[in-house]
This record gives sequence, C-alpha cells and structure tokens, in this order.
Amino acid sequence: MPPIISICNLTKTYASGFQALKGINLEIHSGEIFALLGPNGAGKTTLINIVCGIVNPTGGFVLADGHDVVRDYRAARSRIGLVPQELSSNAFDTVWAGVTFSRGLFGKPADKPYLEKVLKDLSLWDKKNSPMMTLSGGMKRRVMIAKALSHEPQILFLDEPTAGVDVELRRDMWEMVRSLRARGVTIILTTHYIEEAEQMADRIGVINKGELILVEEKSALMKKLGKKQLTVQLQHALTSVPAGLAGHQVELSADGEELIYTFDPRSGEKGIASLMKQLSELGIEFKDLQTNQSSLEEIFVSLVRAAP
Amino acid sequence: MSAQEKRNVVAFEAIRAIYFFEMARFRRTLLQSIVSPVLSTSLYFVVFGAAIGSRIAAIDGVSYGAFIVPGLIMLSVLTQSISNASFAIFFPKFSGTIYEILSAPVSYIEVVVGYVGAAASKSILLGLIILATARLFVTFDIAHPVWMLSFLVLTAATFSLFGFIIGIWADGFEKLQLVPLLIITPLTFLGGSFYSIDMLPPFWRTVTLFNPVVYLVSGFRWSFFGRSDVSVGLSLAMTGVFLFICLAVIWWIFRTGYRLRT
Ligand SMILES: Nc1ncnc2c1ncn2[C@@H]1O[C@H](COP(=O)(O)OP(=O)(O)OP(=O)(O)O)[C@@H](O)[C@H]1O
Ligand SMILES: [Mg+2]
Repeated sequence: MPPIISICNLTKTYASGFQALKGINLEIHSGEIFALLGPNGAGKTTLINIVCGIVNPTGGFVLADGHDVVRDYRAARSRIGLVPQELSSNAFDTVWAGVTFSRGLFGKPADKPYLEKVLKDLSLWDKKNSPMMTLSGGMKRRVMIAKALSHEPQILFLDEPTAGVDVELRRDMWEMVRSLRARGVTIILTTHYIEEAEQMADRIGVINKGELILVEEKSALMKKLGKKQLTVQLQHALTSVPAGLAGHQVELSADGEELIYTFDPRSGEKGIASLMKQLSELGIEFKDLQTNQSSLEEIFVSLVRAAP
Repeated sequence: MSAQEKRNVVAFEAIRAIYFFEMARFRRTLLQSIVSPVLSTSLYFVVFGAAIGSRIAAIDGVSYGAFIVPGLIMLSVLTQSISNASFAIFFPKFSGTIYEILSAPVSYIEVVVGYVGAAASKSILLGLIILATARLFVTFDIAHPVWMLSFLVLTAATFSLFGFIIGIWADGFEKLQLVPLLIITPLTFLGGSFYSIDMLPPFWRTVTLFNPVVYLVSGFRWSFFGRSDVSVGLSLAMTGVFLFICLAVIWWIFRTGYRLRT
C-alpha cells in the first residue's frame, strides 16, 4: 500500500532567516499511529503546519494520499484534520456553532447525528450551547478535537494534544485515538510525554534541530536500544562483587543490599539463567528479583544528546 | 482526484459556512448593529435636518433635510463596511482561529466571498434601515431605485473589500482603527455628504475631486434626486477603479500569503 503521507526533502526557512527544517524525508503508513518526538523548537509544529497548509514550505514537497499539499491543496486538505498546539477559540460562539462551521468549511454537507456523536464521544454534548469563553482549558482542547473530527478526516494531526490536560482526560484521549485508528484513521501526534508515545504509537520519529534523526517501529526501537536490568535483592549485604560473577556486567548497590545486572536481551550474552546458576553455586541467597526495561524517555534523551 | 472533487470546483459549502457564521455574529449583536446607527441618524436629522436645515435654503430644489439623506447613508455604509470586514478577518488572526481557514480545502476567493459577502450584506441592510429611518423625518422620492440599490451594493462590496485588506494588514488593534480614523472619517466628512461641492470655493472644489468619496456620494445622490455634482458615469467609473484596486491588492495578498502564511 502506498504511504498516506510522503514528505520529500522538505525544508523551511522562516522570514527571520532561521532554518527550522533541514531536508525532512518521511513516509507515514496508512492507518498507523505515528509519534513525533523532539525537544522544544525541534521543528515538530513547523512540519505539521506545512502538511496542513498553514505554513508554506521553502523546498521539497508533501503528498497527502497522493495529492500535493500545495498544488492540489483542495484534495489534500479535505483529507486532513488538525488539532493545533495552541488553544484558540471564538469566545462568543457556541460549541455547536463551532463544529457546524468547521464541517461546512471543509465542504461537508450538514450531518447532525454525526456531529452529535462526535460531541458525545468527547463528553461535550451537554456543553453544546455554551459559548467557548465559558469552557475550561481542557474542554476547549476537546472542542478543538471535535472541530478536527467534524469533517471526518482520514488523517488526523494532533500537535501536543495532551499538554495541560489532566490524567483522566489524557486517558480518554488515548482511548479516542485508539478507536479512531480502529476505524482506519491515520494519526500523527507530537508529545513531550514519552510514556504516551510508548503506549500509543506504532512508529516513532525523533526530530532534533530540524533534522529527523530516527524513524523506527516502536517495538524494534525498544528492542534495539532498550537495555534490560535485573535487580537482585540480597538476603545478606555484600561488600564487593563476588569474583565468580566477574564475567557478567554486574554492579553492587551502594548499601550492598542489591546486585544490579545490566544486559542487552538481543546480544549473545549468557543472560539471566547463567547468572542465577552462578549465584546459587556461590551460595548467595536473595529475597526478590526485579527486571525493568529502559523507557523510551531514556532512549530519547540519549539520542538527542548524542546528536551533533 | 475523485469525480466528486473535480465537479466541486467552487466550495459553495465553505462559502456558505463562512457567510452564515459571520451573519450569526451579526444577529447576536443585533442591538448594537442596528440601534446605534438608527439613533445617530435620528440625531443628525434633529440637528441638521430640523434645527439647522430649516435655515438653509434648498439645494438644487431639494430641501436640505432630504439633501443629506444619501450622504448620511453612504457615510454609514462606508464606515460600517470597513469596520465589519476588517474585524471579521482581523479577529481570527488575532485569536489564532485563522488556522482553520488556512487548513481548509478552500481557495482564497471563496474565503473573500464569504467574509466580504457577509460584511457587505450587513452594511447594505444597515443602509436600508437608515433610509427607512430618514423617511420618517423627511419626505423624498427615489428617482432611480435600481441605480440606488446598485450604488449601495457596489459601495458596500468595495469598502468591505477595502476593510478586509486593512484587517489583514493590521497587526494590532491600533492599526485596525488608524485607517478608518485618520483617512476614512475625514474623507467622508469632506466628501460632500452635507453640502454640494458647488458650494465650495473653486480651489477647494478642485481638491475635493481627488476624494473618492465625492464620487460615491454624488452618484448615490443622483439616484435619489436626478441631480449630481459630478457626472454619474464618472461616479461609476471611479467606484469601479477603486474596486479594481482593492481586488488587485487582495489578489496580491493571497498570492504571496502576506501576513497570513509564514
Ligand atoms: N513564524 C516563525 N518565524 C521565525 N521562526 C519561527 C517561526 N515559527 C517557529 N519558528 C522557529 O522554528 C523552530 C521550530 O519551531 P516549532 O514550533 O516547529 O518547534 P516545535 O518542535 O513544535 O517545538 P515545541 O515542542 O516547543 O512546540 C523554533 O526555533 C522556532 O523559534
Ligand atoms: Mg510545537
């Protein structure tokens, strides 16, 4: 299947002379959830805004479902919904007026039952006649999502959808994103909450200083870069790492109560089983075991640090 | 491109959405939108029409009270067109909601037709309300009703376009009010709304001829009384020229993305 979005050699130099994007190449697969990560000012919003038609590209091109977003903007944009990073609303207009406007603007004939469903899914139905200025920030964010969904887009961009949103609403949003994907909508989101990308995304892209430094399946990324750690809580504290364990990457915690074994699950190391065997051979007793995998956050931080 | 997209070369739905969204705002502020011009027009008639007008001789056989009616209507239509349209586009820019317009599958022309159409509709309605209010104070006939309406529509459309340009150009509230205040108000007051330019000394009469508002008021007055300061053809031509300039500027703005797309 051809990619739903193809970004080719995309560059953007703002009027100030600042180069925000330095030749981005990226393909988004139809129906996936793609998370774009990167520190502040990396160029995430710039990239999204170019695809959505808000910012003009300096060089390169973008195809959305095969349509050039500049030359064939009508066909391209009618497929795309956008929830921008910044909250904005017409203070005096009601929620209902806002979503009907959005739907009409995208050329879709009125469809009350559909809009009703969108508002209900976002728990906004009881607010439908409230002016925007009477809503809380989280509700406004939901209205912006409702506006983006009002015209039934095939591709949805969420630029930091969960910034400043409480835990419960964040869960609801994840739920919504998953159900959208189940209906075949392609979702591209940016976030600073790495656990969000970790939980939601099929693929992850990391952008830094206008360059895409990595694009990878999430699971492959975790496997490739994710180190595992085994923590052994000892029955009796040790003063140093026993000589018999020298073959393994083992460290002793400061208080001597824990042995920490770091290993790469995909490398050919001897692994947990042999460590356990050696522990029992050495007569070291332990109370408990714990394993954990380094999170995307750690991977991400190390990547951005390593980049020039 | 699907067959449906090919056929749908003009996004009527989108124009409709913008137009009715803007008109809904008008309905919400109906009281300010209607009451204040009706009130100020009535005041003009009490002061100029009744108090002062009774001491001013008829101009070209038209009583002074009746003489100022077309000028008053033009004055309001002009200023309201500019402020309606400039606010309509400035506000989304200011609040950030413009992102929706920019990311929608609409052409610039459709956006302009929606916003300018709504702004012009409001001021045409306003002009007709003032006309009806004036009729309560003075009696007059409209010699060329069709021309009267044409001038009204043409003026509303032209100055709504002009307002739209100001709204895009303005990057703050000061600028938004600067042009109407510093340029439009003097031009309208010196545009022959309250006098015939024949009443001016020759030098000032010549200066006045550089004021585009003179042509609007004159042409509009002709449609009422069949008399005008400058020829009707010239009035139409000048309005047409101004309309053309506005269209050209808008075309340029949208082609370059000036102050809309970075
Ligand atoms: N209109 C503009 N004019 C000049 N520079 C801009 C403009 N918009 C953005 N930039 C610059 O481009 C760079 C990328 O900005 P962008 O908003 O794309 O970052 P981001 O990755 O979305 O960051 P954040 O996580 O903070 O939202 C920043 O350095 C920013 O200062
Ligand atoms: Mg951003």
